[in-house]
Amino acid sequence: MEPNKSFVNFSERTSLKVALVGNPNSGKSTLFNALTGLNQKTGNFPGVTVDKKSGFSKLNNTLTAEFIDLPGSYSLYPKSLDERVAFEVLCNSDNADHPDITIIVADASNLKRNLFLVSQIIDLKIPVILVLNMMDMVEKEGDVIDTIRLSEKLGVKVVGVSARNKEGVDALKQALLQPLPVPQYDFIEIKKIAPEAIEKVKSVLKVKSDFIAFQVINNLSDISFLHDKEMQIKISDALNTCIIDTNKLQSLESVERYKVINRIVEDCITHQSAIKTKSFTQKLDSILTHRIFGYAIFIVVLFFIFQTIFFLAAFPMEWIEHLFISISELASNILPKGELSNLLVNGIIAGLSGVVVFVPQIALLFAFIAILEDTGYMARVSFIMDKLMRRFGLNGRSVIPLISGVACAVPAIMSARTISSWKERIITILVTPLMSCSARLPVYTLIISLVVPPHKTLGFFNYQGLILMALYLIGFISAITVAWILKWILKAREKSYFIMELPVYRTPQWRTVGYTIFDKVKLFLFDAGKIIVAISIILWFLSAHAPGNKFEQIEKKYQLKRTRNDFDLQQVDAKIAAEKLEASYAGMIGKSIEPVIKPLGFDWKIGISLVTSFAAREVFVGTMATIYSAGNTDNTQTIREKMKAEIDPETGQPKFSVAVGFSLMIFYAFAMQCMSTLAVVYRETKNWKWPFIQFLFMGALAYISSFIVYQLLK
Amino acid sequence: MVKVLKSLAELKIGQSAIIDSFTDKEMALKLLEMGCTPGEVVKLDRIAPLGDPIAISVAGYLLSLRKAEASTVLVSPI
Repeated sequence: MEPNKSFVNFSERTSLKVALVGNPNSGKSTLFNALTGLNQKTGNFPGVTVDKKSGFSKLNNTLTAEFIDLPGSYSLYPKSLDERVAFEVLCNSDNADHPDITIIVADASNLKRNLFLVSQIIDLKIPVILVLNMMDMVEKEGDVIDTIRLSEKLGVKVVGVSARNKEGVDALKQALLQPLPVPQYDFIEIKKIAPEAIEKVKSVLKVKSDFIAFQVINNLSDISFLHDKEMQIKISDALNTCIIDTNKLQSLESVERYKVINRIVEDCITHQSAIKTKSFTQKLDSILTHRIFGYAIFIVVLFFIFQTIFFLAAFPMEWIEHLFISISELASNILPKGELSNLLVNGIIAGLSGVVVFVPQIALLFAFIAILEDTGYMARVSFIMDKLMRRFGLNGRSVIPLISGVACAVPAIMSARTISSWKERIITILVTPLMSCSARLPVYTLIISLVVPPHKTLGFFNYQGLILMALYLIGFISAITVAWILKWILKAREKSYFIMELPVYRTPQWRTVGYTIFDKVKLFLFDAGKIIVAISIILWFLSAHAPGNKFEQIEKKYQLKRTRNDFDLQQVDAKIAAEKLEASYAGMIGKSIEPVIKPLGFDWKIGISLVTSFAAREVFVGTMATIYSAGNTDNTQTIREKMKAEIDPETGQPKFSVAVGFSLMIFYAFAMQCMSTLAVVYRETKNWKWPFIQFLFMGALAYISSFIVYQLLK
Repeated sequence: MVKVLKSLAELKIGQSAIIDSFTDKEMALKLLEMGCTPGEVVKLDRIAPLGDPIAISVAGYLLSLRKAEASTVLVSPI
């Protein structure tokens, strides 16, 4: 290729837009973090539901660059939504995110495949810088890349960096300030592949390069930004006489590109010594994907992660809860009594507490996931689990979300993002909340202690423990069964592929782990948090308000008793709270749904708890305590006593019979009573349809199962 | 010599082969962009413990794909 003649120079500007593109595993995100630090924000690409990460960095005293992290991709075929976004941003100069300079990040230790995307972007004829990342790896493997020659061959500026060690990042920033060559010549002669068609498109549509025209031919309806409806008809009319086989054209293109790439790679890389890192990866693979050790190690890893999230997160969660209790106590002491302070304390602060309390679990889970991804182990987990999971419409990557769901569905659903197939990801998201999460545990413990005798069977098996285990099993079995059913119902948007790179093993990077935690926590707090606080306020309103002056009447009724000394004041307050809850809107809902839940063995008191449980399942215990005027809600003993003493007026037997207890536990096992999960499902799918469907099918499952259980045991 | 073609899924562990052609056009596109071009040497590196998917060395890296996907690639063993 000949040298370029055209240059762009942005050093005089005050702002600059820079896009980052590259293959998955090319270290693009690491470089993005190294360039922008924590000065990042997450938003949406306009009009589409793809997350957009951007960040700022000062290049010199006057020039601030905005870096946009485009979705990782192996090619520029606008097939998936992610790829379409990348293609549109790079091709459409009217797009709000269209960059002045495009940085292509390539894994230098895997140059051949990475150059494929590079070659396509060069053919867009936009100013680019090729960043050869992981130069340290190339050195370790004993290879030498002649970057000057590579730059000459490609006609673009080439900068070598190791983003992990932050080497070369400053040089890259400086390179953005220098004059940049704009690619002038086609990487491959794309015109040779479809000469007639490209000419015809160019005759009606003004495009920058033959390659863009070529893309228009192959994806006429997908690339709508280049043309309006009228133009589309014009183009298809123009192409009328051409026989177009898109698969064939694109195959030819790929083959042509690799022909040129092979020549360039041969020319620019010299192997100096034997490969070291790759043989290390091979050795480790023979253990980690071994038919026995592979699974054994995976189970140990899972066990460790699960234990840590379950137990370690409990401490900070308790601190957070205590902190918010202190804040609300402080607030109610300082603020004048009234509706507004009531809203603040019981609505907003309680809602915020319900959001922040998830942070430790999210942080821990994503710390582990970042480590597993960063080391390359996650790809091996998918590799050894794929066949098993595929039978249920899931994917090798569904294992982590499902298992994490045992701690909490919220971070688990967020972790399903690594599943590339849309269908498999949706199924994973839909069934994860069926896994028995930690919020169900207080409900289960309370009810088990009520209806299951603490006897032992076979000498050492505790009945209560067995029932608890059975409930966890039911969660797991229902999750995979529903997944299997959804596999047949849901239509795939694209064929499910498992064509995936197994990256070489590397030591994890603590900076990456930190960024991941920061990112996910921020995402959860600001996106799902809003919805959770809003629903909390609604729930607070329902349980703290009643139509008319019902609350005043209750207060008045007890006014007399309050003044007499022979009544226990605390007891009176507890009774007032119970009656108020009964009279409130939540109580009215509980009573109005009683006919519906009666076949499950539930009365209106349980009905109220089902409504308030929507804030979080464990709220069941607190609501029961209020209804049974147990006073101190921390004391499960008293709630249990009160619930045990409750007599069913119809049968004269204890209300919490075995039938009611099991029916209730089954209901909690299946029902979608968690607004935080629904909020996260919305956040991850960007469509209210999915949380809605999830709410309905889990509700139906809960209702039918509870009905059967109650009717059988009654 | 007459070329004896096999599918990529039929290789034995450690066996190398040269990619010849593809039987599924759509799959071919996906594999081509990942560097599996005709003429490229591939080696079957390992098979997942449950018999599927498989991992191959191609273009200097390790690629995992399902057997069904590998069976659309015709190769001539070397």
